[in-house]
Amino acid sequence: MTEIKKEEITKYIVISSDKVLPADAAMKIYESEFPVTVKETCFGLIVTGPKEDVTAVVENIRQLDKNHIFVKDRGFPAGDERRCRASRGGGPRPGFHFLREEVQMLPAIGAALDELEANESVKKKQGEKCRLKVSDLEKIIEAELSR
Amino acid sequence: MNFLAKVFIYPVNSLILADLVERFGHKPLTMMNQIREKVTNISLDSPPINITPEDPKLGLRYAAVEVPAGVRGRMALIGPLIEETEAAIIVENPPTNFGCVGCNRTNELMKYLIRSKGVPVLEVKYPETDEEARDFVNRIAAFLESLPEEKSEENEKGEEKEPAEKEDEK
Repeated sequence: MTEIKKEEITKYIVISSDKVLPADAAMKIYESEFPVTVKETCFGLIVTGPKEDVTAVVENIRQLDKNHIFVKDRGFPAGDERRCRASRGGGPRPGFHFLREEVQMLPAIGAALDELEANESVKKKQGEKCRLKVSDLEKIIEAELSR
Repeated sequence: MNFLAKVFIYPVNSLILADLVERFGHKPLTMMNQIREKVTNISLDSPPINITPEDPKLGLRYAAVEVPAGVRGRMALIGPLIEETEAAIIVENPPTNFGCVGCNRTNELMKYLIRSKGVPVLEVKYPETDEEARDFVNRIAAFLESLPEEKSEENEKGEEKEPAEKEDEK
């Protein structure tokens, strides 16, 4: 009987953070003991493994600095001979050029996400101010009556 | 994880767009997932021999036989994505457009099919400054939050019950 292989996926984790380095993220993955393959690169990490494990790992890493760590899928597994520079005689691998262009824009995108998050939290706070709890209203009435 | 809507992105392999769409809880329809099926399926050989006889036929649904073969080959991958799309984000003048996504005729055809499909489409300019990046993120966030939520099974059941209750009241 043939063994059914779990669906394997690969994801890029692109790190554009002042707090987290690719090495820190890689160490975090090693500590988590998920059965995934990790490759450290100049822009971040490539993670390959079963779908559930990779999704969980990526979510953990994203929480380290969620507005400055970006994730996207990759078609080829990490270190695949058809794409790996080691077996292709060096030079940037196909697909790297667009990624490099986008990586240059990531600090601005991260800052914009920070700002968006800050604005949302301000809106929430304002929304909370408008609402008056029944228990609070009762206290106010009691305080007024006891004068 | 339950996604709200399937969002097509252009450029189809964009890191920023794929991340933003996923960040706001939707599913990005990207080229990478299509490629994965082609390169990790053990029944297919390695490139450039990983095209099956079915792929050109699939491409013919979107581009006629006179159109360059590359357009049909690309549409064999991108076409199924367009069919299942529920919303789309198109970025104008992305910085680099070559390699697998460098075919202008495919890109034109892809954008035309998306626009004529009638799904909500957001067209934004690729940011070059911090100000533009802020505007870019805000517009995408507003668009993604405005997308209709996909009904979960529980909600649908709940909605089915409500009219029955109202009828009882009458």
